[in-house]
Amino acid sequence: MNRGVMWLLALLAAAVMPLVLSSYHVDLATRILIFAVLAMSIDVLAGFVGRTSLCHGAIFGVATYVVIWAMAKAGLPAAPAFLSGVLAATLVAALFGLLAVRTSGVYFLLLTVALGMVVWGICLRWTGVTGGENGLRGQDMRPGFLLARENFYWLVLAVAALTAWAMQRFVNSPFGLSLRGIRDSESRMRALGYNVPLHLFVGFAVSGFFAGVAGALYAFFNEYVSPSSVAMGQSVAGLLMAIVGGIGTLFGSFIGAAAIILLENTVSWYTDRWQAVLGLVFILTMIFAPEGILGTVRRLAAPKGRAR
Amino acid sequence: MPAALTLTDVVVAFGALRAVDGVSLSIPAGERRAIIGPNGAGKTTLFQAITGMVQATSGRVVFEDADITALPPHRRAQRGISRTFQITNLFPTLTVRQNLFLALRGLAPGKFSLFGQPRITAAETARTEAALQAARLIGREETEVRALSYGEQRQVELAVSIVNQPRMLLLDEPAAGLSPNERAMVAEVIRALPRDITVVLIEHDMDLVLGLVDQVTCLHEGRVLVEAPPSEIRGNPAVQEVYLGRARHAAG
Repeated sequence: MNRGVMWLLALLAAAVMPLVLSSYHVDLATRILIFAVLAMSIDVLAGFVGRTSLCHGAIFGVATYVVIWAMAKAGLPAAPAFLSGVLAATLVAALFGLLAVRTSGVYFLLLTVALGMVVWGICLRWTGVTGGENGLRGQDMRPGFLLARENFYWLVLAVAALTAWAMQRFVNSPFGLSLRGIRDSESRMRALGYNVPLHLFVGFAVSGFFAGVAGALYAFFNEYVSPSSVAMGQSVAGLLMAIVGGIGTLFGSFIGAAAIILLENTVSWYTDRWQAVLGLVFILTMIFAPEGILGTVRRLAAPKGRAR
Repeated sequence: MPAALTLTDVVVAFGALRAVDGVSLSIPAGERRAIIGPNGAGKTTLFQAITGMVQATSGRVVFEDADITALPPHRRAQRGISRTFQITNLFPTLTVRQNLFLALRGLAPGKFSLFGQPRITAAETARTEAALQAARLIGREETEVRALSYGEQRQVELAVSIVNQPRMLLLDEPAAGLSPNERAMVAEVIRALPRDITVVLIEHDMDLVLGLVDQVTCLHEGRVLVEAPPSEIRGNPAVQEVYLGRARHAAG
Protein backbone atom coordinates (compact mmCIF):
# COMPACT_ATOMS: atom_id res chain seq x y z
CA MET A 1 0.00 0.00 0.00
CA ASN A 2 1.07 3.53 -0.71
CA ARG A 3 2.81 5.05 2.28
CA GLY A 4 0.89 8.32 1.99
CA VAL A 5 -2.45 6.49 2.01
CA MET A 6 -1.34 4.55 5.08
CA TRP A 7 -0.53 7.71 7.01
CA LEU A 8 -3.79 9.28 5.92
CA LEU A 9 -5.67 6.28 7.33
CA ALA A 10 -3.67 6.54 10.55
CA LEU A 11 -4.59 10.21 10.75
CA LEU A 12 -8.28 9.38 10.26
CA ALA A 13 -8.12 6.70 12.93
CA ALA A 14 -6.48 9.18 15.28
CA ALA A 15 -9.18 11.74 14.49
CA VAL A 16 -12.07 9.46 15.48
CA MET A 17 -10.43 8.30 18.70
CA PRO A 18 -12.07 10.85 21.03
CA LEU A 19 -15.46 9.49 19.92
CA VAL A 20 -14.69 6.08 21.39
CA LEU A 21 -12.17 6.72 24.16
CA SER A 22 -12.77 7.72 27.77
CA SER A 23 -11.72 11.20 28.78
CA TYR A 24 -8.71 9.78 30.61
CA HIS A 25 -7.57 8.08 27.44
CA VAL A 26 -8.15 11.20 25.34
CA ASP A 27 -5.74 13.02 27.63
CA LEU A 28 -3.30 10.16 27.24
CA ALA A 29 -3.56 10.36 23.45
CA THR A 30 -3.04 14.14 23.58
CA ARG A 31 0.11 13.63 25.62
CA ILE A 32 1.33 11.03 23.13
CA LEU A 33 0.91 13.44 20.22
CA ILE A 34 2.73 16.27 22.00
CA PHE A 35 5.66 14.06 22.91
CA ALA A 36 5.73 12.60 19.41
CA VAL A 37 6.42 16.11 18.10
CA LEU A 38 9.26 16.48 20.62
CA ALA A 39 10.64 13.07 19.61
CA MET A 40 10.45 14.00 15.91
CA SER A 41 12.36 17.22 16.54
CA ILE A 42 15.08 15.12 18.19
CA ASP A 43 15.00 12.63 15.30
CA VAL A 44 15.58 15.46 12.81
CA LEU A 45 19.02 15.92 14.40
CA ALA A 46 19.76 12.36 15.49
CA GLY A 47 18.50 10.61 12.39
CA PHE A 48 19.36 13.07 9.65
CA VAL A 49 22.34 15.02 10.97
CA GLY A 50 23.89 12.32 13.12
CA ARG A 51 23.83 14.60 16.17
CA THR A 52 22.18 13.13 19.26
CA SER A 53 20.87 15.95 21.41
CA LEU A 54 20.16 15.73 25.12
CA CYS A 55 18.93 19.29 25.53
CA HIS A 56 15.70 19.19 23.55
CA GLY A 57 13.72 18.55 26.74
CA ALA A 58 15.11 21.87 28.00
CA ILE A 59 14.18 23.66 24.76
CA PHE A 60 10.70 22.11 25.01
CA GLY A 61 10.46 23.21 28.66
CA VAL A 62 11.52 26.77 27.89
CA ALA A 63 8.49 27.07 25.61
CA THR A 64 6.25 25.64 28.34
CA TYR A 65 7.62 28.07 30.93
CA VAL A 66 7.34 31.08 28.67
CA VAL A 67 3.75 30.32 27.63
CA ILE A 68 2.55 29.83 31.19
CA TRP A 69 4.50 32.84 32.44
CA ALA A 70 3.18 35.01 29.60
CA MET A 71 -0.41 34.11 30.42
CA ALA A 72 -0.33 33.87 34.22
CA LYS A 73 2.12 36.71 34.98
CA ALA A 74 2.13 38.99 31.94
CA GLY A 75 -1.54 38.57 31.12
CA LEU A 76 -1.09 37.83 27.42
CA PRO A 77 -3.89 36.12 25.48
CA ALA A 78 -3.40 32.52 24.42
CA ALA A 79 -2.24 33.00 20.83
CA PRO A 80 0.54 35.55 21.49
CA ALA A 81 1.62 33.51 24.52
CA PHE A 82 1.89 30.42 22.32
CA LEU A 83 3.94 32.30 19.74
CA SER A 84 6.26 33.83 22.33
CA GLY A 85 6.85 30.36 23.79
CA VAL A 86 7.84 28.98 20.40
CA LEU A 87 9.97 32.03 19.69
CA ALA A 88 11.77 31.76 23.04
CA ALA A 89 12.48 28.06 22.44
CA THR A 90 13.82 28.82 18.95
CA LEU A 91 16.09 31.55 20.31
CA VAL A 92 17.42 29.26 23.03
CA ALA A 93 17.99 26.57 20.39
CA ALA A 94 19.81 29.08 18.17
CA LEU A 95 22.04 30.06 21.07
CA PHE A 96 22.73 26.41 21.88
CA GLY A 97 23.32 25.79 18.18
CA LEU A 98 26.02 28.45 18.07
CA LEU A 99 27.88 26.60 20.79
CA ALA A 100 27.19 23.05 19.66
CA VAL A 101 27.79 23.14 15.90
CA ARG A 102 31.52 22.75 16.12
CA THR A 103 31.25 19.49 17.97
CA SER A 104 30.08 16.04 17.03
CA GLY A 105 29.72 12.58 18.53
CA VAL A 106 30.14 12.26 22.25
CA TYR A 107 31.27 15.88 22.61
CA PHE A 108 28.02 17.09 21.08
CA LEU A 109 26.12 14.83 23.45
CA LEU A 110 27.97 16.11 26.51
CA LEU A 111 27.71 19.74 25.47
CA THR A 112 23.95 19.44 25.00
CA VAL A 113 23.66 17.76 28.41
CA ALA A 114 25.50 20.70 29.95
CA LEU A 115 23.36 23.28 28.13
CA GLY A 116 20.21 21.52 29.30
CA MET A 117 21.52 21.58 32.87
CA VAL A 118 22.03 25.33 32.63
CA VAL A 119 18.38 25.82 31.69
CA TRP A 120 17.31 23.51 34.49
CA GLY A 121 19.49 25.43 36.97
CA ILE A 122 18.04 28.76 35.89
CA CYS A 123 14.45 27.48 36.18
CA LEU A 124 15.19 26.11 39.63
CA ARG A 125 16.97 29.19 40.99
CA TRP A 126 15.31 32.16 39.32
CA THR A 127 12.49 31.90 41.80
CA GLY A 128 11.01 35.35 41.16
CA VAL A 129 10.13 34.45 37.59
CA THR A 130 9.95 30.66 37.44
CA GLY A 131 8.52 29.94 40.86
CA GLY A 132 11.56 27.83 41.71
CA GLU A 133 10.78 24.33 42.85
CA ASN A 134 7.07 25.11 43.06
CA GLY A 135 6.94 25.89 39.38
CA LEU A 136 4.30 27.97 37.65
CA ARG A 137 0.61 27.25 37.46
CA GLY A 138 -1.64 28.63 34.75
CA GLN A 139 -5.39 28.96 35.07
CA ASP A 140 -8.02 28.48 32.38
CA MET A 141 -5.38 28.93 29.76
CA ARG A 142 -7.29 27.43 26.88
CA PRO A 143 -9.66 29.68 25.00
CA GLY A 144 -13.34 28.69 25.30
CA PHE A 145 -13.61 26.50 22.22
CA LEU A 146 -10.65 24.42 23.39
CA LEU A 147 -11.93 23.75 26.90
CA ALA A 148 -13.50 20.47 25.84
CA ARG A 149 -10.71 17.90 25.87
CA GLU A 150 -11.86 16.45 22.53
CA ASN A 151 -11.51 19.83 20.86
CA PHE A 152 -8.08 20.33 22.36
CA TYR A 153 -7.10 16.84 21.22
CA TRP A 154 -8.15 17.66 17.66
CA LEU A 155 -6.15 20.87 17.72
CA VAL A 156 -3.07 19.01 18.97
CA LEU A 157 -3.63 16.34 16.33
CA ALA A 158 -3.82 18.99 13.62
CA VAL A 159 -0.65 20.70 14.84
CA ALA A 160 1.17 17.37 15.19
CA ALA A 161 0.16 16.32 11.67
CA LEU A 162 1.18 19.70 10.29
CA THR A 163 4.58 19.69 12.03
CA ALA A 164 5.16 16.07 10.99
CA TRP A 165 4.46 17.02 7.39
CA ALA A 166 6.70 20.10 7.68
CA MET A 167 9.55 18.07 9.17
CA GLN A 168 9.16 15.45 6.46
CA ARG A 169 9.43 18.22 3.86
CA PHE A 170 12.38 19.67 5.74
CA VAL A 171 14.50 16.50 5.83
CA ASN A 172 13.80 15.84 2.15
CA SER A 173 14.47 19.41 1.02
CA PRO A 174 17.79 20.39 -0.57
CA PHE A 175 18.77 21.73 2.82
CA GLY A 176 17.77 18.48 4.53
CA LEU A 177 19.86 16.57 2.02
CA SER A 178 22.82 18.79 2.89
CA LEU A 179 22.33 17.81 6.54
CA ARG A 180 22.42 14.14 5.57
CA GLY A 181 25.56 14.88 3.60
CA ILE A 182 27.11 16.37 6.74
CA ARG A 183 26.08 13.27 8.69
CA ASP A 184 27.87 11.07 6.17
CA SER A 185 30.96 13.22 5.56
CA GLU A 186 31.70 16.67 6.86
CA SER A 187 35.02 17.02 5.06
CA ARG A 188 33.46 16.15 1.70
CA MET A 189 30.72 18.71 2.28
CA ARG A 190 33.29 21.41 2.98
CA ALA A 191 35.19 20.43 -0.15
CA LEU A 192 31.96 20.78 -2.12
CA GLY A 193 31.47 24.37 -1.01
CA TYR A 194 29.15 24.01 1.97
CA ASN A 195 29.51 26.16 5.05
CA VAL A 196 29.10 23.20 7.39
CA PRO A 197 28.79 25.06 10.74
CA LEU A 198 26.15 27.38 9.26
CA HIS A 199 24.10 24.44 8.01
CA LEU A 200 24.35 22.74 11.39
CA PHE A 201 23.31 25.95 13.10
CA VAL A 202 20.21 26.35 10.93
CA GLY A 203 19.36 22.67 11.34
CA PHE A 204 19.64 22.96 15.11
CA ALA A 205 17.46 26.07 15.23
CA VAL A 206 14.77 24.49 13.04
CA SER A 207 14.76 21.39 15.19
CA GLY A 208 14.51 23.60 18.28
CA PHE A 209 11.56 25.43 16.74
CA PHE A 210 9.64 22.16 16.48
CA ALA A 211 10.57 21.18 20.04
CA GLY A 212 9.25 24.60 21.03
CA VAL A 213 5.93 23.95 19.30
CA ALA A 214 5.60 20.75 21.33
CA GLY A 215 6.51 22.56 24.56
CA ALA A 216 4.02 25.37 23.93
CA LEU A 217 1.25 22.83 23.30
CA TYR A 218 2.24 21.08 26.50
CA ALA A 219 1.71 24.32 28.43
CA PHE A 220 -1.96 24.39 27.40
CA PHE A 221 -2.30 20.69 28.07
CA ASN A 222 -0.75 20.59 31.50
CA GLU A 223 -1.28 24.18 32.70
CA TYR A 224 1.59 23.63 35.09
CA VAL A 225 5.36 23.63 34.69
CA SER A 226 8.18 22.88 37.11
CA PRO A 227 11.93 22.32 36.76
CA SER A 228 11.29 18.63 36.05
CA SER A 229 9.84 19.74 32.69
CA VAL A 230 13.24 21.08 31.64
CA ALA A 231 15.31 18.40 33.37
CA MET A 232 17.41 15.88 31.53
CA GLY A 233 14.77 13.22 32.11
CA GLN A 234 12.58 15.06 29.63
CA SER A 235 15.31 15.04 26.98
CA VAL A 236 16.02 11.38 27.61
CA ALA A 237 12.32 10.52 27.37
CA GLY A 238 12.06 12.28 24.01
CA LEU A 239 15.19 10.57 22.72
CA LEU A 240 13.97 7.15 23.89
CA MET A 241 10.71 7.66 22.05
CA ALA A 242 12.60 8.55 18.87
CA ILE A 243 14.86 5.51 19.28
CA VAL A 244 12.06 3.06 20.07
CA GLY A 245 10.07 4.38 17.11
CA GLY A 246 13.10 4.26 14.86
CA ILE A 247 15.85 6.85 14.45
CA GLY A 248 15.76 8.35 10.98
CA THR A 249 12.15 7.32 10.32
CA LEU A 250 10.63 10.56 11.63
CA PHE A 251 7.03 9.25 11.82
CA GLY A 252 8.29 6.38 13.97
CA SER A 253 8.26 8.92 16.78
CA PHE A 254 4.47 8.61 16.96
CA ILE A 255 4.82 4.89 17.52
CA GLY A 256 7.67 5.37 19.97
CA ALA A 257 5.79 8.00 21.97
CA ALA A 258 2.68 5.83 22.07
CA ALA A 259 4.64 2.74 23.11
CA ILE A 260 6.49 4.45 25.93
CA ILE A 261 3.63 6.54 27.31
CA LEU A 262 1.14 3.64 27.19
CA LEU A 263 3.65 1.28 28.75
CA GLU A 264 4.42 3.78 31.45
CA ASN A 265 0.74 4.18 32.23
CA THR A 266 -0.12 0.50 32.10
CA VAL A 267 2.83 -0.72 34.09
CA SER A 268 2.53 1.97 36.72
CA TRP A 269 -0.94 0.57 37.55
CA TYR A 270 0.72 -2.60 38.74
CA THR A 271 4.06 -1.59 40.15
CA ASP A 272 5.98 1.43 41.35
CA ARG A 273 9.01 -0.02 39.63
CA TRP A 274 7.69 0.81 36.18
CA GLN A 275 10.94 2.54 35.30
CA ALA A 276 12.77 -0.76 35.64
CA VAL A 277 10.29 -2.34 33.23
CA LEU A 278 10.76 0.55 30.83
CA GLY A 279 14.53 0.11 31.02
CA LEU A 280 14.17 -3.57 30.25
CA VAL A 281 11.98 -2.86 27.23
CA PHE A 282 14.52 -0.37 26.02
CA ILE A 283 17.37 -2.86 26.34
CA LEU A 284 15.36 -5.49 24.48
CA THR A 285 14.64 -2.97 21.72
CA MET A 286 18.31 -2.17 21.39
CA ILE A 287 19.23 -5.85 21.11
CA PHE A 288 16.45 -7.16 18.90
CA ALA A 289 15.26 -4.13 16.95
CA PRO A 290 17.99 -1.49 16.99
CA GLU A 291 16.31 0.29 14.08
CA GLY A 292 13.26 0.83 16.28
CA ILE A 293 9.72 -0.33 15.65
CA LEU A 294 9.03 1.50 12.39
CA GLY A 295 12.58 0.93 11.15
CA THR A 296 12.21 -2.82 11.70
CA VAL A 297 8.80 -2.93 10.05
CA ARG A 298 10.17 -1.11 7.02
CA ARG A 299 13.14 -3.44 6.80
CA LEU A 300 10.93 -6.51 6.98
CA ALA A 301 8.51 -5.05 4.46
CA ALA A 302 11.27 -4.10 2.02
CA PRO A 303 11.69 -6.41 -0.98
CA LYS A 304 14.09 -9.21 -0.24
CA GLY A 305 17.56 -9.22 -1.73
CA ARG A 306 17.81 -5.46 -1.88
CA ALA A 307 21.16 -4.27 -0.61
CA ARG A 308 20.79 -2.42 2.61
CA MET B 1 50.47 31.15 -19.66
CA PRO B 2 49.18 32.83 -16.46
CA ALA B 3 49.51 30.82 -13.28
CA ALA B 4 46.36 29.12 -11.99
CA LEU B 5 47.93 28.34 -8.66
CA THR B 6 50.97 29.83 -7.00
CA LEU B 7 52.34 28.61 -3.69
CA THR B 8 54.94 30.77 -1.99
CA ASP B 9 57.00 29.23 0.75
CA VAL B 10 54.06 27.26 2.17
CA VAL B 11 54.69 25.59 5.52
CA VAL B 12 52.28 23.26 7.30
CA ALA B 13 53.50 22.26 10.73
CA PHE B 14 51.84 19.83 13.11
CA GLY B 15 53.67 20.63 16.33
CA ALA B 16 57.34 19.94 15.67
CA LEU B 17 56.65 18.03 12.44
CA ARG B 18 56.85 20.19 9.34
CA ALA B 19 54.79 18.04 6.95
CA VAL B 20 55.12 20.71 4.26
CA ASP B 21 58.32 22.62 4.73
CA GLY B 22 58.53 25.67 2.51
CA VAL B 23 57.02 24.61 -0.80
CA SER B 24 56.96 27.13 -3.63
CA LEU B 25 55.50 26.19 -6.97
CA SER B 26 53.55 27.69 -9.78
CA ILE B 27 51.12 25.77 -11.96
CA PRO B 28 50.08 27.42 -15.25
CA ALA B 29 46.39 27.40 -16.13
CA GLY B 30 45.36 24.27 -17.98
CA GLU B 31 48.46 22.31 -17.07
CA ARG B 32 48.39 18.69 -15.96
CA ARG B 33 50.75 18.41 -13.05
CA ALA B 34 51.71 15.34 -11.08
CA ILE B 35 52.93 15.49 -7.51
CA ILE B 36 54.99 12.45 -6.68
CA GLY B 37 57.13 11.48 -3.75
CA PRO B 38 57.53 8.67 -1.24
CA ASN B 39 55.01 8.13 1.55
CA GLY B 40 55.19 10.92 4.09
CA ALA B 41 56.61 13.40 1.58
CA GLY B 42 53.75 15.79 2.33
CA LYS B 43 51.71 15.36 -0.86
CA THR B 44 48.29 15.00 0.74
CA THR B 45 49.07 17.68 3.32
CA LEU B 46 49.94 20.01 0.46
CA PHE B 47 46.50 19.27 -1.03
CA GLN B 48 44.94 19.98 2.33
CA ALA B 49 46.68 23.36 2.42
CA ILE B 50 45.51 24.18 -1.12
CA THR B 51 41.89 23.24 -0.39
CA GLY B 52 41.89 24.81 3.07
CA MET B 53 41.23 21.61 5.00
CA VAL B 54 44.30 22.60 7.01
CA GLN B 55 45.58 26.13 7.36
CA ALA B 56 49.08 26.83 6.12
CA THR B 57 51.26 27.70 9.11
CA SER B 58 53.02 30.27 6.95
CA GLY B 59 53.38 31.17 3.30
CA ARG B 60 50.88 32.21 0.68
CA VAL B 61 48.39 30.33 -1.50
CA VAL B 62 47.28 32.32 -4.55
CA PHE B 63 44.59 30.98 -6.87
CA GLU B 64 43.87 32.90 -10.09
CA ASP B 65 45.37 36.13 -8.74
CA ALA B 66 43.43 35.99 -5.45
CA ASP B 67 45.11 35.29 -2.14
CA ILE B 68 43.11 32.40 -0.66
CA THR B 69 45.51 31.54 2.17
CA ALA B 70 43.02 32.47 4.88
CA LEU B 71 39.80 31.28 3.22
CA PRO B 72 37.85 28.35 4.70
CA PRO B 73 37.46 25.27 2.46
CA HIS B 74 33.93 26.00 1.29
CA ARG B 75 34.97 29.44 0.01
CA ARG B 76 37.81 27.91 -1.95
CA ALA B 77 35.44 25.34 -3.41
CA GLN B 78 33.18 28.20 -4.48
CA ARG B 79 36.13 29.67 -6.38
CA GLY B 80 36.36 26.50 -8.45
CA ILE B 81 38.81 24.28 -6.58
CA SER B 82 37.55 20.71 -6.54
CA ARG B 83 39.19 17.62 -5.16
CA THR B 84 38.95 13.90 -4.69
CA PHE B 85 40.04 12.17 -1.53
CA GLN B 86 42.69 9.49 -1.15
CA ILE B 87 40.34 7.48 1.01
CA THR B 88 36.92 7.42 -0.62
CA ASN B 89 34.91 10.19 0.98
CA LEU B 90 31.32 10.08 -0.20
CA PHE B 91 27.85 9.96 1.30
CA PRO B 92 27.41 6.19 1.68
CA THR B 93 23.72 6.22 2.62
CA LEU B 94 22.76 8.42 -0.32
CA THR B 95 22.34 7.34 -3.93
CA VAL B 96 24.82 8.22 -6.66
CA ARG B 97 22.40 10.82 -7.98
CA GLN B 98 21.95 12.36 -4.53
CA ASN B 99 25.72 12.52 -4.14
CA LEU B 100 25.93 14.44 -7.39
CA PHE B 101 22.98 16.62 -6.40
CA LEU B 102 24.77 17.67 -3.21
CA ALA B 103 27.86 18.45 -5.27
CA LEU B 104 25.80 20.64 -7.60
CA ARG B 105 24.02 22.42 -4.76
CA GLY B 106 27.29 23.16 -2.99
CA LEU B 107 28.04 25.84 -5.54
CA ALA B 108 24.54 26.93 -6.49
CA PRO B 109 21.88 29.00 -4.78
CA GLY B 110 19.07 27.02 -3.19
CA LYS B 111 21.23 25.36 -0.56
CA PHE B 112 19.02 26.89 2.08
CA SER B 113 15.74 25.83 0.59
CA LEU B 114 14.35 24.42 3.83
CA PHE B 115 11.03 23.00 2.70
CA GLY B 116 11.23 22.90 -1.10
CA GLN B 117 11.65 19.91 -3.34
CA PRO B 118 15.12 19.13 -4.64
CA ARG B 119 15.08 20.66 -8.14
CA ILE B 120 17.78 20.95 -10.71
CA THR B 121 17.91 23.03 -13.84
CA ALA B 122 18.23 21.61 -17.32
CA ALA B 123 21.86 22.73 -17.44
CA GLU B 124 22.54 20.96 -14.14
CA THR B 125 20.88 17.81 -15.43
CA ALA B 126 23.12 17.93 -18.46
CA ARG B 127 26.20 18.32 -16.28
CA THR B 128 25.06 15.43 -14.10
CA GLU B 129 24.60 13.20 -17.12
CA ALA B 130 27.97 14.25 -18.53
CA ALA B 131 29.69 13.45 -15.24
CA LEU B 132 27.91 10.09 -14.99
CA GLN B 133 28.92 9.35 -18.56
CA ALA B 134 32.54 10.41 -18.05
CA ALA B 135 32.87 8.28 -14.91
CA ARG B 136 31.06 5.33 -16.56
CA LEU B 137 28.29 5.28 -13.98
CA ILE B 138 25.27 5.09 -16.27
CA GLY B 139 22.82 2.59 -14.81
CA ARG B 140 24.07 3.05 -11.24
CA GLU B 141 22.42 6.42 -10.58
CA GLU B 142 19.82 5.21 -8.09
CA THR B 143 22.11 2.87 -6.16
CA GLU B 144 23.21 3.81 -2.66
CA VAL B 145 26.93 4.42 -2.68
CA ARG B 146 27.56 1.89 0.11
CA ALA B 147 26.18 -0.84 -2.15
CA LEU B 148 28.73 -0.10 -4.90
CA SER B 149 32.03 -1.89 -5.36
CA TYR B 150 35.22 -0.10 -4.35
CA GLY B 151 36.08 0.63 -7.96
CA GLU B 152 32.66 2.10 -8.61
CA GLN B 153 32.96 4.24 -5.49
CA ARG B 154 36.19 5.65 -6.90
CA GLN B 155 34.27 6.43 -10.08
CA VAL B 156 31.63 8.28 -8.04
CA GLU B 157 34.46 10.15 -6.33
CA LEU B 158 35.57 11.33 -9.77
CA ALA B 159 32.05 12.16 -10.94
CA VAL B 160 31.40 14.25 -7.81
CA SER B 161 34.63 16.18 -8.33
CA ILE B 162 34.00 17.04 -11.99
CA VAL B 163 30.24 17.64 -12.04
CA ASN B 164 30.66 21.34 -11.25
CA GLN B 165 33.17 21.84 -14.05
CA PRO B 166 35.82 23.14 -11.64
CA ARG B 167 38.61 25.56 -12.57
CA MET B 168 41.14 23.34 -10.87
CA LEU B 169 40.89 19.67 -10.01
CA LEU B 170 43.03 18.05 -7.33
CA LEU B 171 43.11 14.26 -7.58
CA ASP B 172 44.54 12.40 -4.61
CA GLU B 173 45.60 8.96 -5.83
CA PRO B 174 42.54 8.47 -8.01
CA ALA B 175 43.70 5.03 -9.19
CA ALA B 176 44.91 3.60 -5.90
CA GLY B 177 43.68 0.08 -5.27
CA LEU B 178 42.09 -0.30 -8.70
CA SER B 179 42.48 -3.10 -11.21
CA PRO B 180 44.52 -2.42 -14.40
CA ASN B 181 41.32 -1.97 -16.40
CA GLU B 182 39.91 0.48 -13.90
CA ARG B 183 43.20 2.39 -13.84
CA ALA B 184 43.12 2.73 -17.59
CA MET B 185 39.60 4.05 -17.30
CA VAL B 186 40.63 6.65 -14.71
CA ALA B 187 43.46 7.76 -17.01
CA GLU B 188 40.93 8.03 -19.82
CA VAL B 189 38.61 10.19 -17.70
CA ILE B 190 41.48 12.51 -16.80
CA ARG B 191 42.70 12.70 -20.39
CA ALA B 192 39.20 13.59 -21.57
CA LEU B 193 38.88 16.57 -19.19
CA PRO B 194 38.62 19.93 -20.97
CA ARG B 195 42.01 21.60 -21.33
CA ASP B 196 40.92 24.73 -19.48
CA ILE B 197 40.74 22.76 -16.23
CA THR B 198 44.01 22.73 -14.36
CA VAL B 199 44.64 19.23 -13.01
CA VAL B 200 46.95 18.35 -10.16
CA LEU B 201 47.41 14.68 -9.54
CA ILE B 202 48.97 12.71 -6.71
CA GLU B 203 49.74 9.23 -7.93
CA HIS B 204 52.12 6.42 -7.19
CA ASP B 205 51.69 4.59 -10.47
CA MET B 206 54.48 6.10 -12.56
CA ASP B 207 53.29 4.55 -15.81
CA LEU B 208 49.87 6.12 -15.33
CA VAL B 209 51.33 9.51 -14.38
CA LEU B 210 54.03 9.82 -16.99
CA GLY B 211 51.74 9.35 -19.94
CA LEU B 212 49.26 11.85 -18.62
CA VAL B 213 50.94 14.97 -17.35
CA ASP B 214 52.95 17.91 -18.65
CA GLN B 215 55.10 18.45 -15.62
CA VAL B 216 56.09 16.50 -12.51
CA THR B 217 56.92 17.86 -9.07
CA CYS B 218 58.70 15.46 -6.77
CA LEU B 219 58.33 16.16 -3.06
CA HIS B 220 60.63 14.78 -0.42
CA GLU B 221 60.33 15.42 3.31
CA GLY B 222 58.02 18.35 2.74
CA ARG B 223 60.23 20.11 0.18
CA VAL B 224 60.30 20.30 -3.60
CA LEU B 225 63.11 18.01 -4.68
CA VAL B 226 62.81 18.22 -8.46
CA GLU B 227 60.47 19.79 -10.95
CA ALA B 228 60.79 18.41 -14.47
CA PRO B 229 58.86 17.14 -17.48
CA PRO B 230 57.90 13.47 -17.22
CA SER B 231 60.48 12.43 -19.85
CA GLU B 232 63.28 13.62 -17.59
CA ILE B 233 61.89 12.50 -14.25
CA ARG B 234 62.72 8.80 -14.50
CA GLY B 235 66.32 9.49 -15.32
CA ASN B 236 66.77 12.06 -12.59
CA PRO B 237 69.25 10.69 -10.04
CA ALA B 238 67.71 12.53 -7.08
CA VAL B 239 64.26 11.16 -7.86
CA GLN B 240 65.65 7.70 -8.37
CA GLU B 241 67.29 7.80 -5.01
CA VAL B 242 64.29 8.91 -2.95
CA TYR B 243 61.50 7.40 -4.95
CA LEU B 244 62.03 5.15 -7.90
CA GLY B 245 65.12 3.62 -6.36
CA ARG B 246 63.24 2.75 -3.25
CA ALA B 247 60.27 1.46 -5.24
CA ARG B 248 62.55 -0.71 -7.38
CA HIS B 249 64.20 -2.01 -4.28
CA ALA B 250 60.85 -2.84 -2.74
CA ALA B 251 59.67 -4.50 -5.94
CA GLY B 252 62.85 -6.58 -6.18
